[in-house]
Amino acid sequence: MARLSADNVQRAKDLIALYPQPRSALIPILHVAQEQDGWLTPDAMAHVAELLDLAPAEVYGTASFYDMLFTHPVGRYLVSVCTNLACMINGGYELLEHAEERLGVAPGGTTEDGQFTLEDVECIAYCGSAPCAAVNWRFFGPLTPDTFDHLIDDLAAGRLDAEVPPHGTLSRVRRQAPAPAQQ
Amino acid sequence: MITDVQPIVTARLGQPESWTLKAYLDSGGYQGLRKALKMKPEDVMAEVTTANLLGRGGAGFEAGKKWSMLAKPRPAYLVINGDESEPCTFKDHMLLEGDPHEIVEGTIITAFAIGAHKAFIFVRGEFALGLERLTAAVDEAYEYGALGQDILGSGFDVDLVVHPGAGAYICGEETALLESLEGKRGYPREKPPWFPAVKGLYEMPTIVNNVETMSNIPWIVLNGGAAFAALGEGRSTGTRIFSLSGHVVRPGNYEIEMAKTTFRDLIYDPRLGGGVRGGNALKAFVPGGVSAPWFGPDQVDMALDQDAVGKAGSMLGSGSVVVMDDTTCMVRAAWRITRFFHRESCGQCTPCREGGGWLDKVMRRIELGGGREEDLDLLLDVCDNIAPGLRWPPAKTTICVLGPSIPSSITSAIKTFRDEFLIHIKDGRCPYA
Repeated sequence: MARLSADNVQRAKDLIALYPQPRSALIPILHVAQEQDGWLTPDAMAHVAELLDLAPAEVYGTASFYDMLFTHPVGRYLVSVCTNLACMINGGYELLEHAEERLGVAPGGTTEDGQFTLEDVECIAYCGSAPCAAVNWRFFGPLTPDTFDHLIDDLAAGRLDAEVPPHGTLSRVRRQAPAPAQQ
Repeated sequence: MITDVQPIVTARLGQPESWTLKAYLDSGGYQGLRKALKMKPEDVMAEVTTANLLGRGGAGFEAGKKWSMLAKPRPAYLVINGDESEPCTFKDHMLLEGDPHEIVEGTIITAFAIGAHKAFIFVRGEFALGLERLTAAVDEAYEYGALGQDILGSGFDVDLVVHPGAGAYICGEETALLESLEGKRGYPREKPPWFPAVKGLYEMPTIVNNVETMSNIPWIVLNGGAAFAALGEGRSTGTRIFSLSGHVVRPGNYEIEMAKTTFRDLIYDPRLGGGVRGGNALKAFVPGGVSAPWFGPDQVDMALDQDAVGKAGSMLGSGSVVVMDDTTCMVRAAWRITRFFHRESCGQCTPCREGGGWLDKVMRRIELGGGREEDLDLLLDVCDNIAPGLRWPPAKTTICVLGPSIPSSITSAIKTFRDEFLIHIKDGRCPYA
């Protein structure tokens, strides 16, 4: 249960400087908090509230609206199988069922070793490669039960560490350009 | 017919390192901006108006006309909508990853034309690689002198911030997007008074444009609005990216001249969709995102023309075409779309929040074999409460159009495939399961 580290407090301040109004930095800072701990801990959300001069409830109120922000622990890898129309008619639900069997959890569940959380997501805009899935928002498809198993094996063995950072890391590129002048 | 018009927005995709400044400059990048900065802002706007560039996000509103509606108070903001979430639409995802500088250049030109000194690109949070490529491109653009103070020696100042979303379909709706950009829950705002061009971000005048719309701007400035308007027909000018998915041999994004090409070309031409998989028969298709009423095989010869599709009772919307062959269960397809809207309803308005849930339950009951014949009337009655009259474009009982989009798939399926519903109900199971 961690507050933001000194480095991440600096990142938060850099993000606040990008916007005419500080609260606009809330969601970008929540992504930083999620990168730090893999999910949004109550302490981190309270710390973010302090940085933005908001009530913790306002931070939680925003966070709880969004599907990518987790207010409970999730695995190192968030496996998001798409079942929306283009995937469904190309075997998306069969892929999801296979994923449930392989990982031994239902959508929303996390494996006992804390490595994988499975979810059944809405369209992730990768429909040219249906049926598809994302792992920590890195995209894979078209997937068969076999290629899905290989993907999970590779993730578990660390063979995809370069391509798929732990859950919570979104953009590994951080803005270098100076903050805008605020008039 | 497929014309031999060269692509406007996807020309660089597939080239080595197409997302870098070097590759962009080597292929003529930032020349549109250099030209624009030597023009008067109102002349830049006039070129876009002449081009009749229809917004590529879904509503298809003329970009130049939208810009001219910007109210006087300052500061004004420019916000680019890269929250692509309409199911089966995947063009902006590709543009963000493959040619971020084209989006950045279009955004800077637009900011100059409308007199905004601050622009934001709201990127769907799930697009991790897109965020990385766009963030790097913005840094490169600052380094190059195209962003910041006195850009390219023009005396014009503009800053650009890449803003990540956090997962919510509704944030593709422009007023919900602005709420989200202000750090709040993505609740759409009531119009009036919240027309963004009058009262948008931080209650100031704001122009919200789609990513693909921006990608067209550098070409229009370089080649002139008339050259763009010479492509296509009527109000559907230029080229457009169509996201083709479902039961086709070659799913993918295809940029083609508007109005000249038909759905049949898109689905069957060997250079495009390559036909229905396995030589199966076409049963139905979604012509423009899952909010759009479906079309059947008898409408396949219609041109990809915004007005023609509108007149036929649907929309080109976000440009996504989903092909369903004769092995597809129409009840299941319509149920899945209904479930999507139910999950993504923001919950502000009762007809959408509650109606969507009931429609999801009743559709699911029919698909799983527990339906009753009176369920068809029940479905239409609930749909009518969300979108009175069930006409197209839909009437609203809600703040935004998410709710009134729910009936499209259900009414399409019941109208054309009523027998299929009845077989589910009579046999107590899905005939396709």
